[in-house]
Formats: sequence, structure tokens, C-alpha cells
Amino acid sequence: MTEHEHYEAVVVGAGPGGAAAAAALAQNGVETLVLERGVDAGAKNVSGGLLYAEESAPYTIDGLFSDFREEAAERPVTDYYLHNVAGRNVKSFDITDLHEHDTAWSDAVLRRKMDSWLAERVHEKTSETGGGLLTEVRVNGLLRENGEIVGVTCDELDPIRADVIVAADGVNSELARDAGLMDWEEPEEWFQGVKAVVDVPSDVIAERFDVSEGEGAAHLFSGDLFDDVRGGGFLYTNEDSLSIGTVFHLDSLVAEEAEPHELLDNLLTHPLLADWMEGHYDEVEYSAKLVPDSKKVAHPSPHEGRLLLVGDAAGQMQAQGPIIKGMNHAVSAGALAGEAFAEASMRGTPERAGELYERKLNDEGVMKKLRPAGYKVTSALGEHEAVTNVVDSVLTSGVGRRAVRLLGSQLESLYSSPYLSQIVPDTRTPYVTLPTVIAEELGERVEGTSDVEPKSLLDRIGDLTYDTDVGNPHIELQDNSVEASGAAVTACPVSAKDFGGGCYREETVKTNGSEEKLISLDTQPCVECGTCAIVADTEWEHPRGGKGVEFREG
Amino acid sequence: MHSVVLTKGVPDFREGQVSFDEDGHLERGRTPTVMNPNDAYALQAALQTKVKHGGTVSVMSMGPPGYESVLEEAMGIYADDLYLLSDREMAAADTWSTAITLSAGIEKIGQPDLVFAGFKTADGETGQTGPQTCWCLDWPIVTHVISMEIDEENDRLRAKRLVEGDADEIETVESPLPTFVVTDPEYEPSYRRAEHRLRHKQLKSETDERVDNYEDHLTTWSAEELDLDPDFIGLDGSPTIVSSVDPIPKAPAEREATMVEPTDEEGMSEVLEEMTPLAGGD
Repeated sequence: MTEHEHYEAVVVGAGPGGAAAAAALAQNGVETLVLERGVDAGAKNVSGGLLYAEESAPYTIDGLFSDFREEAAERPVTDYYLHNVAGRNVKSFDITDLHEHDTAWSDAVLRRKMDSWLAERVHEKTSETGGGLLTEVRVNGLLRENGEIVGVTCDELDPIRADVIVAADGVNSELARDAGLMDWEEPEEWFQGVKAVVDVPSDVIAERFDVSEGEGAAHLFSGDLFDDVRGGGFLYTNEDSLSIGTVFHLDSLVAEEAEPHELLDNLLTHPLLADWMEGHYDEVEYSAKLVPDSKKVAHPSPHEGRLLLVGDAAGQMQAQGPIIKGMNHAVSAGALAGEAFAEASMRGTPERAGELYERKLNDEGVMKKLRPAGYKVTSALGEHEAVTNVVDSVLTSGVGRRAVRLLGSQLESLYSSPYLSQIVPDTRTPYVTLPTVIAEELGERVEGTSDVEPKSLLDRIGDLTYDTDVGNPHIELQDNSVEASGAAVTACPVSAKDFGGGCYREETVKTNGSEEKLISLDTQPCVECGTCAIVADTEWEHPRGGKGVEFREG
Repeated sequence: MHSVVLTKGVPDFREGQVSFDEDGHLERGRTPTVMNPNDAYALQAALQTKVKHGGTVSVMSMGPPGYESVLEEAMGIYADDLYLLSDREMAAADTWSTAITLSAGIEKIGQPDLVFAGFKTADGETGQTGPQTCWCLDWPIVTHVISMEIDEENDRLRAKRLVEGDADEIETVESPLPTFVVTDPEYEPSYRRAEHRLRHKQLKSETDERVDNYEDHLTTWSAEELDLDPDFIGLDGSPTIVSSVDPIPKAPAEREATMVEPTDEEGMSEVLEEMTPLAGGD
């Protein structure tokens, strides 16, 4: 047998976390190989997506990749609004101040364009150190020797040894699971986002959102338009499209048996959006993604031997209050991981890279943002159903309503408090009850009618590009009982009750005169979000390199 | 490793490209000439050799000056230089005189380690030119190759080939270099090392630049330059006699069809009745 190939560093995944890690490694002269499973970097990636550059961050994407904003990003967000919705009543808060807190800049991005641009730069940088970036290679696990992690195994390549492995392989990281650092058990640790990208000409965006060139808007939505599911909606302006989506707590989606695509449709067809979209509803891509809730799952010690986790793979996704930051933390973490390995190697102790990486995450304040101390207190106090019920019944009572009326315009500044936004408890109060009461008490009625006709799930699936790995499904249903896997029928963003064209469906099977309901799976329309891996009993892995869904927008 | 890949320009037989006249004869003037599709596998095999062992890939074709576009296409599959053997004297050659001409070209290039040819051309479909060229060179030949590796230390080719006519039967053969390889359409290049894929990627970007200026890498040789005896090339050197050409039988221009609307229940049940016996496979 021939010797295994060896690289000093192997980075798995070419999203912003992987790109930042590779850039930092290459800058330090480390021979770096980057492996990406999509046909192109970004082909497997979805985000809301706003990318922040924080003033306090140790690294920003444009610091690592010059011209990033000009070449790879969409519009910067210069206006930021939160809309409290109750039926047709809407109370809007301008929370641009909160958005600008600690923000050097913040741009809307589309991941295919962004990641593929980054990948080219990464390939240039890493080629100079004897490595490079390869697409269509799926890393499927860790290579171990005497129990120690020494490299990676791949579908398309023979095993590769490395002195350090940076796992930037996303929210459903196979390496993090292989190392036992993350699990896929609890729905309450995750959010699920779905998004529609809608083509709108640049001049129409400028006129309807009142933004000039080099300006853009972000709008958030919460209240009663999502059938009591905890979460909210967003709308971001790209150069010549809109990213419109929803993000919900996965446990809440499961509990309410809500259909994610229908909740998205609730937002798309709300009269508040009618003026923005009238005559311009051209949905070009439907996508979905799981989002880790860093408050609960950001790994305090995201490393094991030579393996360092960055970004979503380490749960580094901060969704606190109305501000959602993920990619920026992945960038910081990626670059810190690269820096940590370079420093540790220079000292002759490359095996201490993980430890050093962890210290840097703490010293640079990244961990503090991901797991704010204040949240621990409010979650301990407030995240109990009984407490939520009391709070909600007070809020919806005359007393609560009077308080909301009295607070009036002060609510806007409360909503703009960076501190408060960090400690908001994960209950229906801030997502549903409070916004609804605010809208009912302080809101104005929105007239107008939406002419938006959202696409059917069938059309949405039909519009996506798939290269199905025929005969080699990447998910296997382990338990097809309704109890074990029934939640996937509704929670899967490309499945629905009474819909035969999705991944999961309910079937009535007659045996010996008795009827039984069973769940069946067809992975062809899968968007690889990973929802079913958490809510159903499945054997879940990624498709081989280049196979499966290919996002064009992302 | 120096490889030479033989290629031929053929009519583009894809639907929408190819034109036939009323008698069912191919209209060459109205049908674009493209690289013989099977030759892409030969190029892939040569590329694999270059990726894993370095060296260069030359592409050679015999044909009229218009073949340059074919060579441009071949260049896109990572060729380094192009050779066009082009002369009025070479025209109307059968496989025999073509083989003599090509082997002279290969010998003029020098002493390559490998010569690759694709399996059959889309127009003649004889599958003779490759083996006959090899016969002229007096080299060993391995045909129907579906995968291959080079053992550089021992100067040997190790190849998997389909045992002719049976896709399920695969044999592994070895041959000393230089050797002649005919790739099968089942040929699959294999790159299991990252360094090879990185090299492949680098070659791609280098090739993309070369394609734009493919003429700079093109050498054209005449019969005289190849020192060929006019009696052994072109029509004069071709012992093959075409006795007749049968036009391609035409499909009937009009078929009988009855339209039945899905809502027409009576019509649909008639369709069902007609189809039921067919469903049984009778």
C-alpha cells in the first residue's frame, strides 16, 4: 500500500470559516489543503444572510480578503427595522442603532457568489504554500491511529494525514460528530431557517426601499403571523434581489406541527410586504438551513487532538434578540484557529493548537458573545413554561397592555439595547406575545393587498438543481414509526402533510386487516438541512462530493 | 512521459446539428465538424498520465486545414501541442493509408512513451486506424482500456481492459513502454490523491489560456515534410473500395395519431383497452 498523503493542515469546508482558517494558515506559511464537497464553494451553503464586521472582532472578512465587499457582497445594511405584527396592525421600530452597535459594516450576502469568490482567493493563497482548494471532495470522517486523530478520510480521495484539521464543515458537521464534540439530539438547541430569493430589479429596490446606491435595508418581523411558532421573519436587500425568510426554534416547529414553507408564505403574503413586492414576485430559489443556537451549543472547548472546530460546526452562531450573527464569528474563529496552529507549531508544540485556539476564543471575546453570561440568568429564571404562561397572561391582560401603551416610544430604545437583546429568553413571550401586544396597542393598520402568490412546494423543489446520487441515498430511515420519525413530515422544509413530492411522507399500510401509519423517505428532493437528523430517527450523512442539491443563490 | 493522442474530425451527429439531404446522404457542408466523441476518453487517459507523471500531451490528426477547430477542441482537454498532417495527397485515405500517415507523424515527433486512440470514429466506425497505426509502429497494443496506471520505475503500463464484447469481464494486462492504448468509452480516470487533483486543477487553468491561442501551438506537416511515398497515402494508397452507399432509412414522416383528451372518459377507456394487452409484454 502506498503512503498516505500528508499536508500540514487540512481545512474541511470552504465557507467563510474555512476560508478564514485557510487564509490565516497560508499567511503563516502553513501548507494547507482545503476540501469542499460542493461542485463549487457556496453550492451547499445557505444563509439569511447578513455578514457583520464587528469593531471588536479580532478578524473581519475584508481584513483577510481585500476587495471582499466590492467583489463578493451585496448591499450594505444602512436601515434596520423591526416590525411587530398583529393581523393588519403593525408597529415598526427603527433599531438601526442596535444594528450599528459594535458594527464596522454589515452587508447582505448571497452565499454562492460570496463563497465561490472566496474559494478562488483561498486557492491562490494556499497554492503558494504547496496546498490548494479542491471541490467535489467529501470528507466523511477522521483518520485515527492508535486512537489518535491523525487525518481525514474522504469518499473521493485516499486518507490524508495532517498535523491539524480544521473542521469548518457546517452545521451538520460530520467531523464534529465523529469526534464526539457535537450531537444531533435536542431540537431546542437548533433553529431552522427557510428562505426565498426573489429577483427584483436594482432600480425598483432603490425606489421601494428608499435606498441609494451603496445602501440597503433589513427588516425583521415578529408577532402573530407565524401561528404561535417561536421565531421571526427577515427581509434583506441584495443588489438585484431580496432575501426573504423565516427562522424558528426547531422544537417549536415540531411542537406546533408547523410547515416551514407555509410560515414563509405567511410572511410573503402579508400586506406589509405588498408595496415592496407589487408586480415583482419572481422567486428564484427556495432554500433551508439549520442554525445552531450558540447560547446552548457553542462548544466551550471546540477541539479534540489535532481537530479544531470552527463556525457552525462548533455551534458558533449567535442568534440573540433581533440581531443574528454567525458568519462573522466563523471568520474570527477560523482565523484564530489558523493563527493558533501557526503559533503552536512555531513553538514546536503543534499538538497544543487546540488548547491555544480555545484560549484565543476566550481572550478575544468571541466566546462571551456566543454564550453571554446574562442569558444564563434569564434562561434559568424565565425559560419555564409556567413562568412564560404567567408573563404572557400579564402582558395580554389590561395591566400589561397599559404598560405597553405607557412605554410607547421607549420600547424602541429598549429594543435597541445590545444588553437586553443578549439576554432575551427563548420563550414565546419575546417572539410572539410581546410583539403582538405591541402591535395591537400601538400599531397602525396596514391597508393594501398583497398580489404575491408564493410558489408551491412542488415548484420550489422543481426549481432547485439536484445531482441525485442514484442508488446511494445519504439518509436512511432507521425507525419508520410515526412516534419516532413522524415529526419529519412537517418539520422537513421540503416535505408536508398530504404532499407526495417531498422527502418524508405518511403512508397507511394495511396488514392482516389492520391499518398502520408509517413514515417513508425519498432523499431525492433533500436540501441537506439536517432537520430530520434531529427530529427523526435516521442515519444521516452528506451526499458524496458534487452530489445532491446545488444552490445557485444560497 | 510524452503521450500522443490521435484524433479525427467527424460530422457532429447530435440531433439539431446533423443534416441529411433528401436521399438520406449526409450533407457535410451543412454539418459542423467536431472532434470524434470517443477521442475524449483517449485525451482523458493521456491527461491522467500527465497529471500523475508529468510530461506533455501532443494531439495529432490527419485532415484538411478546416480540422484546426477540431484540434482547438482537443486542446481544451489539456493538450500541450497540436499536429495537423494536412496535404491534398493525403485526401480520401482509407484506414490503411491513414495509419501509414499517422505513424510517420508519430515517428517525426520523436519517441513518445504512449500513443492513445479512441475506440472507433463516429463516422467510419471501423475501429481499425488505431491498431493499424500501432502495427506500422511495431509497438505492443492494449485495447478497450477502462483504467490504467503507469509503473514508472519499471517502465510498464498496467491496464484494466474489457474483454471484447463482454462488459462484465475485465482483465488486467501489463505492457512495456512505449505502448499503444485504445481507450474504451467506459474509460474512467482515477485521481485518489489530493496532489493529483490539485495538479489537474492547475493544468486546467494553464490549458484555458492555451486554448485562446491554440494556433501558436499548432504544427502542420505536409506529405513531403513527412517524407511519405505518394503511392502509400491518400486515395492512391487506399486498397479499400467502397462498393455502394446505402442511405439511412427514413422514419415515416407522418404517423397516425388519435388525440384523446384526459377528460374524455370514453376515449380514455378505449386507450386502456388498446394498451392492456401490451402491458402484459405480449
